[in-house]
Amino acid sequence: MNAHPSDIAPRPAGEGAPLLRLSGVGKRFANSVTSLEGLDMEVRAGEFVSLLGPSGCGKSTALRLIAGLAEPSEGRLDWAADEKARRAQHPHAIGFVFQEPTLMPWASVFGNVHLPLKLAGVGRRAAEPAIMEALELVGLSAFRDAYPRELSGGMKMRVSIARALVTKPRLLLMDEPFAALDEITRFKLNNDLLEVWRRLNCTIVFVTHSVFESVYLSSRILVFRARPGRVSAELSIAPDQPRDEAFRTSPEYAALCRETSLALARAMDAH
Amino acid sequence: MATSPLRWLLPLGVLAALILGWEAVVKLNNLPPYVLPAPDAVLATLVKDRAVLFASMLVTLQTTLVALALAVVGGVALALLFASARIVEFSLFPIAVILQVTPVIAVAPLMLIYLSTDSAVLLCAWIVAFFPVLSNTTLGLNSVDPNLRDLFRLSGASRWQTLIQLKLPTALPYFLGGLRIAGGLALIGAVVGEIAAGSAGQGSGLAFRIVESAYRLNIPRLFAALLLISLTGILIYAALSLLSWLVLRRWHESELGGRT
Repeated sequence: MNAHPSDIAPRPAGEGAPLLRLSGVGKRFANSVTSLEGLDMEVRAGEFVSLLGPSGCGKSTALRLIAGLAEPSEGRLDWAADEKARRAQHPHAIGFVFQEPTLMPWASVFGNVHLPLKLAGVGRRAAEPAIMEALELVGLSAFRDAYPRELSGGMKMRVSIARALVTKPRLLLMDEPFAALDEITRFKLNNDLLEVWRRLNCTIVFVTHSVFESVYLSSRILVFRARPGRVSAELSIAPDQPRDEAFRTSPEYAALCRETSLALARAMDAH
Repeated sequence: MATSPLRWLLPLGVLAALILGWEAVVKLNNLPPYVLPAPDAVLATLVKDRAVLFASMLVTLQTTLVALALAVVGGVALALLFASARIVEFSLFPIAVILQVTPVIAVAPLMLIYLSTDSAVLLCAWIVAFFPVLSNTTLGLNSVDPNLRDLFRLSGASRWQTLIQLKLPTALPYFLGGLRIAGGLALIGAVVGEIAAGSAGQGSGLAFRIVESAYRLNIPRLFAALLLISLTGILIYAALSLLSWLVLRRWHESELGGRT
C-alpha cells in the first residue's frame, strides 16, 4: 500500500498504486445462493487486470460490486484516498461495458453515446466534442447518425465501449464484452481496446472465460474458482510486452496460455 | 413478393370476384331487394341516403375516437401507476380483467338505466378499448432491459429520467400494438352501445341505422350502413398503423422491411 496514492500518476501498466481493494468480500443472494466468499483482490491504478474463471464463479458479481450495482453481504471494499475524493466529485467516473451491447434501439449512435453525459445534465451541443472523441477512439465517427439495428455485432459493441468512455472514466469495467462475437471481430476489438487503454491511461477490469483473451490483453490475471467464488491464482504478464500478432503467435504467448490453463484447471478441481 | 404488384392485385381481384359473384347470384335468381339487394342497389342507396348515413357515420366515428382517446389517457395513466407500485397492480389488475371479460353487451342495459344514452354508448366503447392499452403498456413498462436499467443507475439517473428516457421508449412499441387493437375494439364497443340504446328507440349512429333498417325491412340501407361501419374500422386501423409506422420505422423490428 502506497502512503501517498495521489502522487502516483496512472501508468499504462505495471505496479501502480492500489486503486481499490476487496477484503474478505462475500455475496449471498436472496435465494441463499452464495456467489462469493472470502474474496481478496486488489486493482492497481493503470493496470489491465482480467478476472478469469468458469461460469458461475462470481467474477461478474465481483464486477458489479466494484461498480456499486450491488452491495457485498460481508467484507469491505476500500477505494484509494484520492479515488474516493474523485468519486465524491464525479460519482459516476466508472465506465461499464456489458456482455451484450445494451444499446437503446430508439436512439442513434450519437444519442446512445450521449446518454451518460445527458443523464449528468450535459446538453447535446456541450457534449458533442466528447461524444465525437469517444466515437473517434472506436473508429465509428462516420456512423454517428446510424441506428443500432443498422450496425453489425462488432460495431454495436464499439458503440457500447464508446458510451463507457465518453465520461473519461479512470476505471473501465468490462463483463465478457466480446464473448458473443466471432473470433476475427474479437481479435480486432482486442487490439483496439489495448490501444484505447494506452491512450486513455485508464484502469481496466476485464471479466472473461477465455484463457487466450486474458493472456493477450492483461498485465495481470486473477484466476477465480467456483463454489465459493474467490481468487485461486494470480499471474503477471510482462507489462512492456508489445501485444500484436507477433505476440499472439509467439512461444512466450503459448507458454503463458499453458500456464494460465493449468491454473484454471487447478481452480476448477479445487472443490 | 413484398414489392410485387401482385400483393395489391390479388386481394383486389378476390374482392372484385366476390362482388361480381354476389351480383350474379342476385340477378340470376331474381332475388327481391328485401331478401338480398345486389351490390349496385346498395351503392345506389348509399348515394341516395348519403345525408342520413354520413351524419350517422360521423356520430359513430366521434364516439369511437373520443372513447379511444379516453382509453389511451386512462390506460397509460393506470399503467404508469402499476409500474410505479407493484401493490397497486396487484390490487387493481383483477378489476380491470373483470371489466374486460364481462361481455359489454350484457352490461349495456344497466348502463342505459344509470346514464344518459350518449354517456352509456361512450362508456361501452371505453370499457372495451381501455384494457388492451392498459395491459400492453404495463407489459411494455415492465420489459425494460435490465442491463440498461443498471446503466441508468450507474449514471445516477433520477426516477424521472429513467421513466422518460428508458421506460416510456421501451413501452412505446407495446403501447402502439395495444392502440391498434383498442381502435378496432372501440368501434365494436360503440356499435354494441348503439344497438343496445337503439333498440330503446334512441340514438342516431350507424348501428342505430342498421337496427332501424332491419325493422323497416330496408335491407339495401342496412347493407349500406354496414359498409360504412366496415369503412370506419378500416380507416381507424389504417390511421393507427400509419402512426405506428411513422413513430417506429427507424428502429423497431416490427416496422422494418415494409409494412404488413
